[in-house]
Amino acid sequence: MSVSVQEADFDSGREAAQLVAGRSDVGAVATFVGLVRGDGREDAVSAMTLEHYPGMTEKALEDILAQARQRWPAVTGARVIHRVGRLAVGDQIVFVGVASGHRGDAFAACEFIMDYLKTRAPFWKKEERPSGASWVDARDSDDDAAARWST
Amino acid sequence: MKVRIKYFARLREAMGRDGEVLELAVTTTTVAGIREHLLAGGGAALAEIRNLRAAVNQTMVGPDAPVADGDEVAFFPPVTGG
Repeated sequence: MSVSVQEADFDSGREAAQLVAGRSDVGAVATFVGLVRGDGREDAVSAMTLEHYPGMTEKALEDILAQARQRWPAVTGARVIHRVGRLAVGDQIVFVGVASGHRGDAFAACEFIMDYLKTRAPFWKKEERPSGASWVDARDSDDDAAARWST
Repeated sequence: MKVRIKYFARLREAMGRDGEVLELAVTTTTVAGIREHLLAGGGAALAEIRNLRAAVNQTMVGPDAPVADGDEVAFFPPVTGG
């Protein structure tokens, strides 16, 4: 279980391999990679800057991983990497990897971690377009996605 | 009591600073109390952010959460990471 908040890019294959290294009880690794999406509009996003709250960010991510481990005790390892700073369209932003004995727990825990990260980890995106820079508004659908885990 | 205030993202830009140190005559208050104090002191931007969020000592909390001497209180818009 570990989290990193960093400017540097990451290698998702290497991160997935590290979740398995030296173990024989892992039957599944689910990974998610989030990218900076261009939106195809005339005034299209060209880049974005990720701001965060140093200290709280790491605490929030560690808390989310602890909750995932509690919900899915069969999870053998989990890793979150979130980048900060300026990123271009197509760049990787976030990595979530979960290893488990079977695929069900790995898929579910991976999705849970992303849904909670979206609403609880203190990151903010500022988009750059030819017309200027603007802060991204939070989406209600992200709150809905996180809320479905609380039943 | 003395409290360290932090602002992030859109709110940081609107306030024109990333934080401040607040000295209050009371010995205990709440997040809502801190917000009222900052609003009265010229922090109008705090009222303009939709769904303003807060954290005390780096844990997300609601407006009724207690604040004590030495605490770090952060205000920010809803998060948009991932």
